[in-house]
Amino acid sequence: MRAVFAVIAVALALAGAARAVEPDEMLKDPAQEARAEAIGHQLRCPVCKTESIEESDADFTKDLRKLVRTQVAAGKTDAQVLDYMHSRYGDFILLRPPFKPSTWLLWLAPAILLVLGGTFAFFMTRRRPNTAEPEPLTAAEKAAVEALK
Amino acid sequence: MRRLIFILPVLVFVGIVIYFATPLLRGIDPSVIPSPLIDKPVPAFELGPLPGYQKGLSSADLTGQVQIVNIFASWCVPCRAEAPALMALKSMNIPIRGIDQKDKPADALEYLKELGDPYVSIGADTDRKVSIDWGAYGAPETFIIDAKGRIRFKQAAPITQNDIDDTIVPLINQLRAEK
Repeated sequence: MRAVFAVIAVALALAGAARAVEPDEMLKDPAQEARAEAIGHQLRCPVCKTESIEESDADFTKDLRKLVRTQVAAGKTDAQVLDYMHSRYGDFILLRPPFKPSTWLLWLAPAILLVLGGTFAFFMTRRRPNTAEPEPLTAAEKAAVEALK
Repeated sequence: MRRLIFILPVLVFVGIVIYFATPLLRGIDPSVIPSPLIDKPVPAFELGPLPGYQKGLSSADLTGQVQIVNIFASWCVPCRAEAPALMALKSMNIPIRGIDQKDKPADALEYLKELGDPYVSIGADTDRKVSIDWGAYGAPETFIIDAKGRIRFKQAAPITQNDIDDTIVPLINQLRAEK
């Protein structure tokens, strides 16, 4: 049983580390490869849209990864590589889009929602419980209670 | 204040309906990535021809007249669907240049033999580098280039007869009138 758990644990650990990058794509220099990976993780896959290009298995994305690696190997800075992609695919390609009028709502939404939710919660919790003191029993009711005893 | 709290969910709901209904009714496809290259000059590139062809394609070929650039590939199924539309554009004397994306030359030749060749010239983009320079993220993709060599329109989906009638021909007429 423990062996089964161990296998599951290892499988899960590996799943978390899964990369679409294939060994033949990697740069020989580990420092450069690490840089290329870091850049790739900031670039959104234009084909699959919900993954970074490092995670996507799409054939098209493979060529984007290759291009990032070619540019890193050619000595381009991180900013130059990101710029290259940004000038061709726009804000879409950046998983961390720039802060500008069209993305204000995107960036500020968490703060706005927190304020709205906080205000709502504040007023809801401040509301007095509206259970009034019960009316005292009338003489007839008291008599009825006495009769039960 | 109390009443506001009851109205709030209704207002939020109306907001959500408007947010989702607007692109739906306007026919905006959220999977289409807006291109930052619109109104910019075509990227500088030079592609060799397919085997057996005289001319490839380079940025120098894309000035002087209004033209269409179409990215296609033999492996691309929607490209087959739009092939008749491209032949229709050719018959209207609209020059189309092809970028053959990540193809095996033999497959590309077979494809053109089967579906017809609407292109004035074709550049073979074997490693997809030029497609990426054009901000492409698949195939087919179609661009309209004005006489000054600027990209004025992009469609990242197969062309239909409706696209030709409603969008492409009117835009090309407008661009041809520009001087």
